[in-house]
Amino acid sequence: LPFVPSNLPGAMTMDKPTTYKDATTYNNFYEFGTDKADPAKYAHTLSTQPWTVEIEGLVKKPGRYALEDLMKWGDMQERIYRLRCVEGWSMVIPWIGYSLSDLIRRVEPQPGAKFVEFVTQADPKTMRGVRGGALDWPYVEGLRMDEAMHPLSLLAFGMYGEIMPKQNGAPLRLVVPWKYGFKSAKSLVKIRFVDKQPLSSWEKAAPQEYGFYSNVNPLVDHPRWSQATERRIGEDGLLAKKRKTLMFNGYEPQVGQLYAGMDLKKFF
Amino acid sequence: MTVRAALRHPAAWWALLSLGLLPLAWLVLQTLQDQLGANPAEALIRATGDWTLRSLCVVLAVSPLRTWLGWPELLRFRRMLGLLVFAYASVHLLCYAWFDMGFDLADTLQDLFKRPFIWLGFSAFVILLALAATSFNRAVRWLGGRRWQMLHRGVYAVAVLAVLHFWWMRAGKQDFAEVLVYAGVLAGLLGWRVWRGLRR
Repeated sequence: LPFVPSNLPGAMTMDKPTTYKDATTYNNFYEFGTDKADPAKYAHTLSTQPWTVEIEGLVKKPGRYALEDLMKWGDMQERIYRLRCVEGWSMVIPWIGYSLSDLIRRVEPQPGAKFVEFVTQADPKTMRGVRGGALDWPYVEGLRMDEAMHPLSLLAFGMYGEIMPKQNGAPLRLVVPWKYGFKSAKSLVKIRFVDKQPLSSWEKAAPQEYGFYSNVNPLVDHPRWSQATERRIGEDGLLAKKRKTLMFNGYEPQVGQLYAGMDLKKFF
Repeated sequence: MTVRAALRHPAAWWALLSLGLLPLAWLVLQTLQDQLGANPAEALIRATGDWTLRSLCVVLAVSPLRTWLGWPELLRFRRMLGLLVFAYASVHLLCYAWFDMGFDLADTLQDLFKRPFIWLGFSAFVILLALAATSFNRAVRWLGGRRWQMLHRGVYAVAVLAVLHFWWMRAGKQDFAEVLVYAGVLAGLLGWRVWRGLRR
């Protein structure tokens, strides 16, 4: 997959990238099972060709767009982002894609569109986890319009110089680096522009544990565990201390103003 | 040689002990060769937890098997098998305290408070510790046979706590298939004791 390095502020972390092997064998993608080894084992059944994405709701250019066309809507850039999972581990991934805002501008949202909802593939025939009841399928995520328009919000089509591996959310996924990993929905099939805050899948499953925002925040613990520290996969040896989790996963200079004046304990 | 004669052979005890320690040796080897995947700490904590549960099933199967098959020879392995449960539970706790908590007492106490399933597992370990500490012959004499037996029935509580600990850990992912297997086996083994107690 051809690309140029991104020159966007904050888009190229200096942290050492996680190995390709770790990033493609340790995944949460419940559509293929809840064990972290499941996606690498079972995602090969996912069929990504042909693939279309439906754009609907409060938007001037709705429609069903082919993946090949979507890939031309922005300049492919490499961006090296930190990824912090809500479970307390983290990775550093070199993604390839373009800012979600490029797509949003092209389809021209109407003034009433305040949120963007992302619906992901849920095919029981090719995704064995969808046959089980770990979550209500399809998996749904959402962003506030200003979050979706932030240049760091990435629509990713590849990683490590290659097209996106299936276990990582082929053929296209969201990457929102200042939020917990589950906000970055995989294998997108619908992008919907709406006036009300969407109900995301994890919020629906456990509202007391997962909020709409889910910004990485070391000061707001998960009800069942601390979020103050994280284990960086692969980098630290077995005996190394965990590292301290950074506010907004270290992207506070870029995204802090989106949440100015908000009580982040309440809007967790 | 019949199975019963083999069980009576002095080498049988050592053979069984070696078999029981094989998973631990395998884990150590995998750790040294860096074959535990992307998150070795998590892999070690989970594997030692699994082996604690498995050895618990084995030791609780001794009495039903002994009665059912009419093989009193099995009794001579029971203490060793019980200590094996304690050994795996100790390594499990050690892995958690070391790799997950970095031996930080304040963090560990906070975690114990934040995650009730850790508290459950820890309670089970405390009971196992009491059983292991009174597992030698002279402890039976000190405590008196009846009291010793009462204390060692604590292993039934350990079985219940261990399943709850596992169930609660998996509750976040709503993935109970494996938990139900252990719950079923242990319920059967405890149920047999209840059934037998009632019949007498």
